[in-house]
Parts: sequence; C-alpha cells; structure tokens
Amino acid sequence: MDILCVCGNGIGTSVLLKVNVENVAADLGMDVTVTTSDAGSAKGTANMNDLVLTSPQLAPELEGTTTPVETVQNFMDTDEIKGILEKYAD
Amino acid sequence: MNVLIDVLNFISQQILNVPAYLIGIVAAIGLIALKRSAGQVIAGGLKAAMGYLILGAGATVVTSALAPFGQLVFTATGAHGVVPTNEVITAQASSQFGAASAYIIVLSFIIMLLLARFTPLKYVFLTGHHMVFMSTLLALVLSFGFGKSNQTLVVIVGAVLMGVIMVVMPSFTQPFTNRVTGGDQLSVGHFNSLGYAVSGAIGAAVGKKSKSTEDINFPKGLSFLRDSMVSTTLLMVVLYLIFAIWAAIVSPWNVVKKIFPSNPADYGAFFMAAFAQALQFGIGVSIILYGVRIILGELVPAFQGIAKRVVPGAKPALDIPIVFPYGPNASLIGFLSSFAGGLVALVLIGFWLGPAWGVALILPGMVPHFFDGGGAGVFGNATGGRIGAILGGFVNGLLITFLPALLMTVMGTFGLKNSTFGDADFCWYGTIAGKLAGFGPVAGGIALIIFAVVLFAIACVWQVKVVNTGWLPGAKHAEFIAEVKKQEDAEKAAAKAAAKAAKADAAKA
Repeated sequence: MDILCVCGNGIGTSVLLKVNVENVAADLGMDVTVTTSDAGSAKGTANMNDLVLTSPQLAPELEGTTTPVETVQNFMDTDEIKGILEKYAD
Repeated sequence: MNVLIDVLNFISQQILNVPAYLIGIVAAIGLIALKRSAGQVIAGGLKAAMGYLILGAGATVVTSALAPFGQLVFTATGAHGVVPTNEVITAQASSQFGAASAYIIVLSFIIMLLLARFTPLKYVFLTGHHMVFMSTLLALVLSFGFGKSNQTLVVIVGAVLMGVIMVVMPSFTQPFTNRVTGGDQLSVGHFNSLGYAVSGAIGAAVGKKSKSTEDINFPKGLSFLRDSMVSTTLLMVVLYLIFAIWAAIVSPWNVVKKIFPSNPADYGAFFMAAFAQALQFGIGVSIILYGVRIILGELVPAFQGIAKRVVPGAKPALDIPIVFPYGPNASLIGFLSSFAGGLVALVLIGFWLGPAWGVALILPGMVPHFFDGGGAGVFGNATGGRIGAILGGFVNGLLITFLPALLMTVMGTFGLKNSTFGDADFCWYGTIAGKLAGFGPVAGGIALIIFAVVLFAIACVWQVKVVNTGWLPGAKHAEFIAEVKKQEDAEKAAAKAAAKAAKADAAKA
C-alpha cells in the first residue's frame, strides 16, 4: 500500500516518520511505499495514496481528501505507528 | 599507467567534483549499507542527484525574482536589504561550494557518530536540511577565510566544526527540552538552539507566576500560516509592494521604471510587476523545497540506518516541530512575538545601526520566524508560561535579525547576494568560523580546531554535570503550574460535589 507522511515543510519530521513507518511495516511484514510531502501539496497528492499520516495540528489542512487520514501524536513512537498500521494490514 | 591516471582524473574531475553526482553516490552508498534492493539503490541515487539539480533550478528562479527587490529596497532606503532564507542562500551557493559541502556532510557525519559513540555527548543529529545548510555555510565562510584554493583544508576543518556543533547544541538545549517534554526521550537537533536556550532561560527568569499558554482559546483563522508556501509568498507580496510604493514616492519615474526588466509602461504596470516578482519568489522557494525534499527522502533514512548500527542507544536529535505538540498555542504566540521582535530590530538597524555600521537591512524571513519563533515560544512557555513565551519569542526575533546581519560581514562576495542564513546557530557559529579563518590557512586552521575542542569540552562538562544529573530549569514556574492545577482540580471536585448534593436534594424533594 502507498502511504503519505505529511509535515509542515515536508523535509523534517515527515522524513523521520517515513523511516519509522518503513521499519514498523517491515516488522509487520507489510509491503508499503512511503512518500513525504508538505502540508501545502499534500491535498493534491493524498488521493494517490491509500493512507495519509500526519500530526493532529495539520490534520484539518487535509479536510476533503477521500483518502483515510490518521494522526500520529509522537512521530518517534513506533508502538503508536504500529497500532495505526495494524488497522490497515490485511 | 597513463590510462589509469586518465581514468582517475576523469572520476575526480567529472564525477566527484559535481555536487549533484556526489550527493547521488552518497545516497546510493547509504542505501547499499541498508541492504536495499538494486532497484531501490539506483532509484535513490538518481533521485538524490536530480533533487540537487532541482535545487539549482529553483535558485535561478529565486535569484532573478530577488534582483529587482534588492534594487527597490536600495532605491527606497539607500540600504542593502536581504531576506534570510536558508534554502535560497544554500541553493545560490551550491554551484560554487556544493562539492566541498557534500564532502563536509559525509565526513562530519562520521565524526559525529564517533563522538556519540565514545564521549558523553550521545546525540545523533538527524535534521537533514540543517546539515545541508550548515555544511554549505561552513564551506562558504571557510573558503573566503582560507582562500578558495585550500579546499582540502576547508573540508577537514569544516567537518570537525560541523561534527562538534551537531552534538554540542542538542546537549545545551537538553535540560530545557526535558522541561518541555516532561521526559528525557527527545532531543532537539535544530540550528536555532541558541534561541531556544535563551528563550528557556528568559522564561525561567520572568515567568515564575505566569499561567500556561495552553489555556488560551485561539482563533482558527491563523492556522493557514502553517502552510509555508502561502505564508512565504504572502509576506513577500507585502514586502515587495511596500518597497515598490516607497521607491515610487522617493524616486522619479524614469529611475524606478528601470528596476523591473519588463520595463513597465505606467505605475499600474509597475506595481503589478512587483506583485508578479513576489509570486516568482514563492515559486522559486517551492522548487528549492521540492528538491530538498527529494534529496532528504533518500539521505536521511540511510543516515539513520547507519547511525542505529554504529551508536545504538544514542538519542536522535530532531527537527524543532517535534516540540510543537507540547505547546500548539505557545508555538503560535512565539511565532508572532518573534516576528514583532524582527520588525523592532529592523527599525533599529534601519535608523541607527545600519547608517552607523553599514549593516545590511535584514527583513523578516517567514520560515525562520515560524519555526524558530514557534520553538522559542514552546521553550519559553515551558519555563515561564505566557510571559515566557512572549518575551522568549520576542528576543528570538531580535537574535535572528541582528545575527544574520553580523554573519554577512564574513560572507565575502556572497554578502552581496540578496539572501543570508536565518537561524541563530548558523549566524553565531558562521561568524566565529569566518573571523577565525580570516587569520589564514595555518593560524586560522589551528585557531578553529582549538575553538572546536574548547566548545566540545564545555559541552561535555555541561552534559555530565548538568544534563545527566537531571537538573531542570524553571522549577519555580513548574511549582506554580502544579499549584494552579491543584486549585483547579479542587474547584472541579467542589463543583462536582455541589452538583451531587443538588441532585440528592432534588431526589429527596
């Protein structure tokens, strides 16, 4: 599945989130392709993905996209990410 | 034998001297180290190289968009005006200093891992774009200091300086970061750390009895500023139009109309040309950011993967937005206060320091004020509540206006470009590095290594004596917040009890 990680500028925290998502997905045996984006262009690229991960502050910016949006409180917390990914693992 | 020399020459001149290819190769090596598939390695290397070239393309757009702006400011005020934007100055410098900065990144990353492995400063700096900026800054100021012919020395000294600063700054901010997060799991790896530590210290000094920012209900109307493309472009439109009007007032028409290459026919066309150039600036920055995004998407995972293997258990030092969730309101207040501080400092430079010292007019850059001011607000709030967030943010705004002006004095011919670095650490560190490098290759090189060692030693002492003993700043403020919470809880409990009693009475009746 294709996952999009979003942060304000698309160059800092979203890249770290991408790394952690890839690691967690590997542990769960999921085949994922993770891309990063800034809040500005995320609306446009969200529809090309199966899942969007972002912080609670930025989630409102993504209103109106048809792709499911999940919020991550702590981008470094692998357990939290695991909980979210497990919902989508099938 | 000659063939071998030719081949080596070809590799060093045509491949390793081209920053884009070098970055691509580094990304590919990182991905190989992570044991990725051949396809992923090729894709990653190619994308990183392309990202670097995109950066250069964006720089061309921004430079041409900023040229009339510089002239407008000069025509209006007689001063040299710049907007500090790290992305822009880095992209502008990439063609000249790209190769040196790429080598500095790789070498400094190794030095940082060794320091994290064998010294008390166990931090792994993972904010990729700040590594790119810092390495470019050091390549630039050291090249002007030592002379451009001494590139080997520039790379070695630059890598030592950068390796040291990457473990030193997270250590200095760590007690404050711990106060922000209420734990010790996170570290901040962001080169505005001076601003955060100062803001935290100010908060602790002034905000002993100040309530937290997080009890304030903020209007949702300001959240659109979180989109940096919107905020950067809007600010540039405002700045461009202000100076266009100003220049139109103070200078005759046949002077101002020459500022824009499109040669506007009347004032209407003149102001619309200013508007169009401001949008061009936003477009250029967006292109640069797109390039940075592509590069970092390949480089950072590789770096992190390597770090995990070499220094297991070291703390990752992360980008500043990582603390924003600990004070969403504080980050907004800090941003606005920082912006206000930037405007006050701008006026001070414009009317007093500029004419006296010939300092450049530093206009507020939206990106630094948003991230640095936001971070300063969170740190100030953690140690000193609302007053801490406001004052800390404000002082941060002063810092990131005065310090970039200082840095421009060591940027050689690059001081003439219409941009500079925007965050506090780039500026103070770059200024010291540039000034010391000015003593020449031998004396300057020795002075810089001594400086790096001393800074590192101070940080080690700080880490062992202060951070590791669990000292937290702003203890009095924390007590006050705890008291307030206790009172609130007591009030809530009393209200609940009263409601229960009322219910019971109603049931009896």
